[in-house]
Amino acid sequence: MAVMRKEVRQLRRDRLTFGMIVGIPLMQLLLFGYAINTDVRNLATAIADEANTHLSREFVAELNATQVTNIEYRVDTAAELERMMQSGKISIGVAIPHDFDRRVADSTRAAVHLLVDGSDPTIAGIAEKLRSMPIGFDTGAAARNPGLIEVRPYYNPERRTPMNIIPGLIGVILMMTMMMFTAVAIVRERERGNLELLINTPVTSAELMIGKVVPYIGIGLVQLALILVAGRLLFDVPVRGSIIDLYLAAGMFIAANLALGLFFSTVAKTQFQAMQMTFFLMLPSILLSGFVFPFDGMPVIAQVLGEALPTTHLIRLTRGIMLREATLGDMPGELIFLGAFAVAATTAAALRFSKRLD
Amino acid sequence: MKSDLAIRARGLSKHFGSLRAVDKLDLDVPKASIYGFLGPNGSGKSTTIRMLCGLLTPTEGRADVLGFAVPEHSKELKPRIGYMTQKFSLFGDMTVVENLEFIAEIYSFPAAHRAARVDELLENYDLTEQRKQFAGTMSGGQKQRLALACAVLHHPELLLLDEPTSAVDPQSRRDFWANLFRLAERGTTILVSTHYMDEAERCHRLAILDHGVKVADGAPNELQQSTGMHVVEVQADDPYHAQTALIQLPGVASVTQLGVRLRVLIPESVDDPVALVDQGLRKQKLPAKSRIVPASLEDVFVAVTMKPEQLAA
Repeated sequence: MAVMRKEVRQLRRDRLTFGMIVGIPLMQLLLFGYAINTDVRNLATAIADEANTHLSREFVAELNATQVTNIEYRVDTAAELERMMQSGKISIGVAIPHDFDRRVADSTRAAVHLLVDGSDPTIAGIAEKLRSMPIGFDTGAAARNPGLIEVRPYYNPERRTPMNIIPGLIGVILMMTMMMFTAVAIVRERERGNLELLINTPVTSAELMIGKVVPYIGIGLVQLALILVAGRLLFDVPVRGSIIDLYLAAGMFIAANLALGLFFSTVAKTQFQAMQMTFFLMLPSILLSGFVFPFDGMPVIAQVLGEALPTTHLIRLTRGIMLREATLGDMPGELIFLGAFAVAATTAAALRFSKRLD
Repeated sequence: MKSDLAIRARGLSKHFGSLRAVDKLDLDVPKASIYGFLGPNGSGKSTTIRMLCGLLTPTEGRADVLGFAVPEHSKELKPRIGYMTQKFSLFGDMTVVENLEFIAEIYSFPAAHRAARVDELLENYDLTEQRKQFAGTMSGGQKQRLALACAVLHHPELLLLDEPTSAVDPQSRRDFWANLFRLAERGTTILVSTHYMDEAERCHRLAILDHGVKVADGAPNELQQSTGMHVVEVQADDPYHAQTALIQLPGVASVTQLGVRLRVLIPESVDDPVALVDQGLRKQKLPAKSRIVPASLEDVFVAVTMKPEQLAA
């Protein structure tokens, strides 16, 4: 297949693109793997202990032991806590009133005031957790509240963020690179004038499309291997399910994205336009796919939009296969969606692309 | 009769919105000849060529190319034509040999003869030394030779060349035309567009296009003999003022300055053009020598693209 061989040859010479094939996955993996960490620890905290009793000191020690807070300052009044929070020195302020011991025993009154920097949603979430922290301790008082529900996180007992991030990252990385490469594939030839020559040869539209897409499927699968190996070595993220299932799912996803990229390529007049179109789709794919925010927690409109994105479906598949040991048979709907999307996008691209200039 | 023609077009038109890029063009291109399209930029040369190879759909009219109606049968036509675009359109990041091999594969050139054909082309088009060079780094003349080599690789019956020499030096142009004559000699029909007069002169036949309309066609010498104009060459001491004086004379259609000489076009209806010019100049006290000369192709071009109101003056 001449077009394919030509494409591979050109790709090999294009150092920058070649670097991106390896660079983008690795960079994102490190970025997301290390920097994004939703288990919050060591929040800067100040304590205003107005009671300063045996019980209050024990409470502070207990708080410190959770490692969520890092007590950096001790001040005298609650008003000072507010000032420190405003200036951004602390994320959490703990005000212990002087009648702390009495309040602990009285279940109708709050024993401790927690000042939380609500401008950061993750920190606000943490405060909720701290609220249920048992206080009372050695007094054995009625205020003790062990919590009614015990949470046991399946599949990720240590609640490590990379376990969630990396299966999702597969979708995001493949989407970004695959769509970007093919989005510019045809436009580039149009801009360089190659297309006018190509469409004057007996080459058919289908040959041209397939020749352009197939090398990238290979690249996508290599990228997948790269992510899996790096995820394993650096972050200890396992593939619990079948690796073949994973590759099948990813292959279908790659095809869907390549086809979509190709469609963009037939619509766009310049490489710049094609790039903009991919960026236009990139943001929702990262935000609405369940990669960053839990899908079920999103507003209905966001869910509807998210449902239309291939990335959403792939992330469900990768999380299922890699972490829950699911098989493709457990989640046929997701795979069918990806397949249908690929077929629809290819058809659209082929219809848009004609071997004429007008 | 049809078999003698490589291209036959009747009433071929292409409109882009309200712009008539090509307007009711009739065209007869005999086989094994070099046919030229002469015209300024925007006269519809490229649009016509693109319609003829099926890249653009005509708004009106029809064209048969090598017996195939375009664009309906452009698929069958494609393997039989070679096309060279105005802009260099080969792959700059591949070597000369890789480009040729790619084209050979695209045209399904028999694999067994492929290497031999590529070597033959490298030899014929003087590219053997550049065989491993990236096409993007070559000079204008080398790129043009490569483009022609790629266009003729599959032995097309018809070559369509869209301003092939616009980016090369005079020596390369000479060599290029030598190649075209050799191809025509072997039976290839060549349609070439240009805005160079000297190139147009080399064509067996040519059509002059102006604003999408064919204003004249024929063999260059026929065209030169049938301009309908006298050409008076004036050698004046003060050519600039002589030109200003002459253009205001009734009966003078156009005056062009070429160095110290002026070429004056006067309709054939004027009986004694030399006398007209001499009298006009004497009145202004501008000494000059005038004589009748044969029309050049440039005179033809000026004459046929003239606006009707200029002609009336």
